[in-house]
Amino acid sequence: MAGNGSTSLMNLTLHVWRQKNRNTPGRFVTYPARDISPDMSFLEMLDVVNEGLILKGEEPIAFDHDCREGICGTCGMVVNGRPHGPRGATTTCQLHMRTYKDGDVLTIEPWRAGPFPVLKDLIVDRGAFDRVIAAGGFVSAPTGSAPDGNAILVPKENADLSMDAAACIGCGACVAACPNASASLFVAAKVSHLGLLPQGQPERERRVLAMVTQMDAEGFGNCTNHGECEAACPKEIRLEFIARMNRDYMKALRTLRPPSKAFAGAG
Amino acid sequence: MELKSNVPSGPIEQKWTKHKFDMKLVNPANKRKYSIIVVGSGLAGASAAASLAELGYNVSCFCYQDSPRRAHSIAAQGGINAAKNYQNDGDSVFRLFYDTVKGGDFRSREANVHRLAEVSVNIIDQCVAQGVPFAREYGGLLSNRSFGGAQVSRTFYARGQTGQQLLLGAYQALARQIGAGQVKMYSRHEMQELVVINGRARGIVTRDMVTGKVESHVADAVLLATGGYGTVFYLATYAKGCNGTAIWRAYKKGACFGNPCFTQIHPTCIPVTGEHQSKLTLMSESLRNDGRIWVPKKKGDTRPANQIPEGERDYYLERKYPSFGNLSPRDISSRAAKEVCDEGRGVGKTGLGVYLDFADAIGRLGADKIRERYGNLFDMYERITDEDPYKVPMRIFPAMHYTMGGLWVDYNLMSTIQGLFVAGEANFSDHGANRLGASALMQGLADGYFVIPYTIGNYLGSTKLEKAGTDHAAFKEGETFVAARVKKLLEINGHRTVDSFHRDLGKIMWEYCGMARNAEGLRTALEKIPELREEFWHDVRVPGEGEEINQALEKAGRAADFLELAELMCLDALEREESCGAHFRIEHQAADGEALRDDERFCHVAAWEYAGEGKKPIRNVEELNFENVHLATRSYK
Repeated sequence: MAGNGSTSLMNLTLHVWRQKNRNTPGRFVTYPARDISPDMSFLEMLDVVNEGLILKGEEPIAFDHDCREGICGTCGMVVNGRPHGPRGATTTCQLHMRTYKDGDVLTIEPWRAGPFPVLKDLIVDRGAFDRVIAAGGFVSAPTGSAPDGNAILVPKENADLSMDAAACIGCGACVAACPNASASLFVAAKVSHLGLLPQGQPERERRVLAMVTQMDAEGFGNCTNHGECEAACPKEIRLEFIARMNRDYMKALRTLRPPSKAFAGAG
Repeated sequence: MELKSNVPSGPIEQKWTKHKFDMKLVNPANKRKYSIIVVGSGLAGASAAASLAELGYNVSCFCYQDSPRRAHSIAAQGGINAAKNYQNDGDSVFRLFYDTVKGGDFRSREANVHRLAEVSVNIIDQCVAQGVPFAREYGGLLSNRSFGGAQVSRTFYARGQTGQQLLLGAYQALARQIGAGQVKMYSRHEMQELVVINGRARGIVTRDMVTGKVESHVADAVLLATGGYGTVFYLATYAKGCNGTAIWRAYKKGACFGNPCFTQIHPTCIPVTGEHQSKLTLMSESLRNDGRIWVPKKKGDTRPANQIPEGERDYYLERKYPSFGNLSPRDISSRAAKEVCDEGRGVGKTGLGVYLDFADAIGRLGADKIRERYGNLFDMYERITDEDPYKVPMRIFPAMHYTMGGLWVDYNLMSTIQGLFVAGEANFSDHGANRLGASALMQGLADGYFVIPYTIGNYLGSTKLEKAGTDHAAFKEGETFVAARVKKLLEINGHRTVDSFHRDLGKIMWEYCGMARNAEGLRTALEKIPELREEFWHDVRVPGEGEEINQALEKAGRAADFLELAELMCLDALEREESCGAHFRIEHQAADGEALRDDERFCHVAAWEYAGEGKKPIRNVEELNFENVHLATRSYK
């Protein structure tokens, strides 16, 4: 019963973005993908292509991946114009070849966004996300300072909504999907995750200011409500969190002075 | 070598408290004069790096991923244990300690396990304070679920993404220190060599995975938190990049390797579909709270699950282990699945699978309740298999999941190399011969938040370190070694890919050093592995250059180390002539097929010492004493 679809093997044509490094212009190169099983994941299909390239003496296609179970957020490529491919709520590693049929032509590209420079082929540098978190995406709770876990009550509804936002895997598909290369969904997810919990209240305002300031400094664009991010998000992070972030940001602007050196890094 | 466990004296419940008082402190103003290297940014690494930086030490943290947030701790699904007794069901620090010692089949060090149980309660508090969105009851209190090997509800969880949320908590604490300049983060850097000067760990040599640059880093202490080595099996629930290189380098520099053959096969993973398979995906053990495991009573029964009447099903765990049933420990559940499949009663195309059926639970609680508890797991299963587990039972099969073995450490988590500390799955740890569910997250965070910050401080406070810089000859030697190895791998230019070798190694290990082992098979493996290694160094093809992103080269270096480590695992398995926990020797079983320990001869840790290239390593022994949990045959019946 495994893989209810057809078990017959498929042949596909891939147009893959190849780029030697950050400073060398890239180009599309066409490869056949032969004898592909519908039970393979998309990345396993690329593994097969790469094994063939290595044996032919060519360089394999470089792509980021790690857990291959949809949670680490490492993998990500644009397939036929869609980040992580056509299936909703699915990372590239969880996309399976039964989604495609024999003879399909696939164009495979890296995330395209200024703040995510290409390092090689399909690999980009997402260090900007780490810098946004380091600017304020945390609760300052040094080890050893915590009260009993049950001393902090969190209504179930808030905990659930917070968890919805916290599910973000930081893959960057939202940025890749956005015509403005905005990171609003990513930033809003963290702002909302922590802002919905009592533990996140003391730093709520400085957090949103610091994170938004860093997001802008990294060169991400503004949100103009296209909603492409929500459609591309493999974890179904909702657009409503951006509204929440904007509300927090407006409030913080009125009550707090803009982030200065005094709390950059909020340590 | 004499192994000193350095366990403090006194009653078990006072050892850690007493030791914390006895340990040397480093004055707050002096902490900034010390530097510490942390390799790995998973639960153990990130929590240690953040906590050490909060204390004021200068920390450098390294990970091979593009961001510390992606370490494989993130994939842990089910939960984290803590002896909070919030459910009023009779839990206590002593019970968690007892369950863990028993679950590990009496092959762990009592004092370490007790400390783990003690600090478990602090971990939950710490994570809540960081904003980890644990599951809550309507009254706002923390919610618990049950896990294998325990009869109390002590597992805290965040949907099926507990590891992710705990790791993000630790990552955010780490990010805060990076922002404050207290931690220098090196992502996409892989440790390639440990540098030891005058018997003390003083630094590492890394390869920058973007530029290929080989670099030295000096420090006053080094902490390895690089995870387990289960990818030696090729197919495993680990991330593709998980590797044993850091601990293997340390082993070859003099750190003893404890119980390398203790590897855990997880009972509930999605079965293999074909040769192309690149990894295996776990379905959380928490599913066994509501799912019932069964196979048909008849051999070769090919009817779809829903057409097999109740009377013709064998709920074999409930039948064999009535008190623990579907929540029996992992080693026992895995072996039971293997047995029914060996009998020809396995399900699915390959016959290598058993059913995990939610029909009863959906009938009792409704599909919505099940979706709330396990929705993301059901979705993941559906994506991978194209089957809807709300309608048909899941098919599961055991897969390589965790290594209880690792670098030997004393009570302070220091290896046999002075100044080299090891935390989390990378050490031989607290789990003995079998780890209970929801205990890996607990151990990683216990080590990182609550043990390492004290014990590294004690080492620095009580040790006079000489000045050392990266211009020291030992660093130059390390750099030369790393560069030469890269060059050698690139020059072989043979006919086979790295993956093809790694896959072959995995098959040897699964066949001869997997769920059931015997002397003959292990001897076969000990012949085959060196042959394969020989062929690898003559016939592997690694394209590209060293001074760029080269994923084939990264894989080659890791596979080369696995080809050595695998041999040590088989040797350890061969010389441990008993069955205990996950280490099941076919020659040593009771009449009912249960594991038969030999406490007379093997109630000890085997800590292997490297003796030089081509020489048989030395098997050192640390005797284990059970003063608080008395040695007994484990029974879950």
